[in-house]
Amino acid sequence: MDFARSTVLVCGGTGCTSSGCQKVMKEFEAQLAAKGLEKEVKMVQTGCFGLCALGPVVIVYPEGAFYSMVKPEDVEEIVSEHLLKGRVVTRLLYDETVQDDTVKSLNETNFYKKQMRIALRNCGVIDPENIDEYIALDGYKALGKVLTEMKPEEVIDVIKASGLRGRGGGGFPTGIKWMLAAKSPNVIGKYVCCNADEGDPGAFMDRSVLEGDPHAVIEAMAIAAYAINAEQGYIYIRAEYPIAVKRLQIAIDQAREYGLLGKNIFGTDFSFDLGIRLGAGAFVCGEETALMTSIEGMRGEPRPRPPFPAVKGLWEKPTLLNNVETYANIPQIILNGAEWFTSIGTEKSAGTKVFALGGKINNTGLVEVPMGTTLREIVEEIGGGIPNGKKFKAAQTGGPSGGCIPASLLDVAIDYDSLIQIGSMMGSGGLIVMDEDNCMVDIAKFFLEFTVDESCGKCTPCRIGTKRMLEILERITQGKGTLEDLDKLEELAYNIKESALCGLGQTAPNPILSTLRYFRDEYEAHVIDKKCPAGVCKALVSYSIVADKCKGCSLCARQCPVNAISGEIKSPFVIDQDKCIKCGACIEKCKFDAIIVQ
Amino acid sequence: MLSQQQAVAFNGTKEQEAKLMEVISRYKGTDGALIPVLHEAQSIYGYLPVEVQAIISKNLDVTMAEIYGVVTFYTQFTTEPKGKYHIGVCLGTACYVKGSGAIFDKIKEKLGMPEGSNSTPDGKFSIEATRCIGACGLAPVLTVNDEVYGKLTVDDVDSILAKYVD
Repeated sequence: MDFARSTVLVCGGTGCTSSGCQKVMKEFEAQLAAKGLEKEVKMVQTGCFGLCALGPVVIVYPEGAFYSMVKPEDVEEIVSEHLLKGRVVTRLLYDETVQDDTVKSLNETNFYKKQMRIALRNCGVIDPENIDEYIALDGYKALGKVLTEMKPEEVIDVIKASGLRGRGGGGFPTGIKWMLAAKSPNVIGKYVCCNADEGDPGAFMDRSVLEGDPHAVIEAMAIAAYAINAEQGYIYIRAEYPIAVKRLQIAIDQAREYGLLGKNIFGTDFSFDLGIRLGAGAFVCGEETALMTSIEGMRGEPRPRPPFPAVKGLWEKPTLLNNVETYANIPQIILNGAEWFTSIGTEKSAGTKVFALGGKINNTGLVEVPMGTTLREIVEEIGGGIPNGKKFKAAQTGGPSGGCIPASLLDVAIDYDSLIQIGSMMGSGGLIVMDEDNCMVDIAKFFLEFTVDESCGKCTPCRIGTKRMLEILERITQGKGTLEDLDKLEELAYNIKESALCGLGQTAPNPILSTLRYFRDEYEAHVIDKKCPAGVCKALVSYSIVADKCKGCSLCARQCPVNAISGEIKSPFVIDQDKCIKCGACIEKCKFDAIIVQ
Repeated sequence: MLSQQQAVAFNGTKEQEAKLMEVISRYKGTDGALIPVLHEAQSIYGYLPVEVQAIISKNLDVTMAEIYGVVTFYTQFTTEPKGKYHIGVCLGTACYVKGSGAIFDKIKEKLGMPEGSNSTPDGKFSIEATRCIGACGLAPVLTVNDEVYGKLTVDDVDSILAKYVD
């Protein structure tokens, strides 16, 4: 292997790919070749660094210079100044890493300072398409240890003792799940599956793990297969994640080539192989029984439980199913021990959790923090607060199954149980921040539209109940709601929670219940005053021109598609409320802030 | 009933059919073959019209009813061809709270798509409200075929569409 004096890491995750990192990499290749540096400087495409808002992101080692928002035309300067002359290009550095003209370590920045990376340990560090880089960082060491030094029961004991809970949503203890699957006899086959059908809108941690560190998941699945005595595994992954699918396939092929998948792994009697199954865009397939029905090639409808998958799962055989992030923790727990893991996080929720920060927040991206970190730390310190000086209104966790957390609860230490207590849930870890411009009734309606669309139709409470709830919400946002509607909504919500067949239906009312609980005043404003305080619900807002500010330039009148604005030049204009369709075209054009929404 | 749903006449080629037959023979006999076959069939034809479903039904020994059930269950499978330029506007939560709903409406209005239809009558553009594509750091996001546009405002719509006038 050649030793390079400098290494250029370019993030090749989906976020940076969307902002153009492929062109940046091509330009690096061309520039390095032009300057004859190909031997001295090595370029590596890695997985996600986490700070997606600043993409494309490039880090140059050994200096650790963190270049953000790099454009192809910046590359020449980085190569000739930094890599050739040794002068860091301060202009392109992430401003938080520059202090008094010296480059600070990335770990000292607000975004990374409070993070602790276990599941994301290798993301943004190694080349995910090269198995040797994973092996160099203790990769497959845990599998070797398990196969040569431990009995299956001992493996399960370690996972049980670690207190690891399912990272996909429910938080079921992983060790217990493994124990139940191990207990089922292997008559003619048993399966280990990985749920990579990350369907919550705004959550992308599983994708980043698969894009940045696919071998960690493969290794963990092999460990699980050994523990429960299975020989075949499947990874069910969304077809919407092409980069993750490609890297996973490369990783599986490389593992097979190295003898880490296949027959007689590490020279033992243990054999295990893996296949990829693509989802086809159905949210309900994230539910465990629906996922298995889908792998079987059918409509992904859930089945009643019991029997649980550990007894009767895929093709009616005992099946173990865990989520991507859960698996990503396993090799580290085996290597460092259960005690190490329980020392992190809270008493009932050990370890760390990855959150996908999005919405109205400065540092959008992926963060991994110990359980028990407060929402305030995540939003204000790591996330860098709300843009444009706006006020925080709510944080939404748990996707369409979760709820909205108001500002008064920002200091709650986050773990599985505390979130349930305040009417939300961990879910897969999407964390969407909303500010004063977001209407909470509209948000509840948005999630209901999602669940109505994604309901598979098998059980009545979900198929019809969610539709009825959506209709009530639509009435409210159109100003036709009554106070009785709010009570009806609540009653329906509780009934659906109790009676729906699967997790999707049982949690579908959560966005409504949590917004009703914390933002009832907004609902009442819609129902009683027929007003939308945030100015989002079109039927309830009116546009008007402030006479003092209007200069009579007529720009708005010319812009109006329905000729609702009239007046004489140089004197204040007026909007005809009967004609106005509330499109907002006038407000965009006004140079004097004379048009207001109420 | 099936035939009524098709607005565009099917014109698959012999080459496409040969490719599909190769795919079917590769999967035939394996468990859960239908969904992978449909994925590959859609990448060959661009969509899954009844004619294609019939070929799969006959050669994979799966009933038409089952295939139709699966095709209509999953949103990724489509029985209508996509436009030359397929626009996907992300309506995931992160994009939605940053205003992607207004961007979706603006594009439909600009392209003159009739109420209730998600494609232009000439078949050049089609639009879809996609689920979260995971580029939340760039919200709001839209895609035109494989090109991604991020951090958008309603004002960007004109300049993006202008690139696809040919």
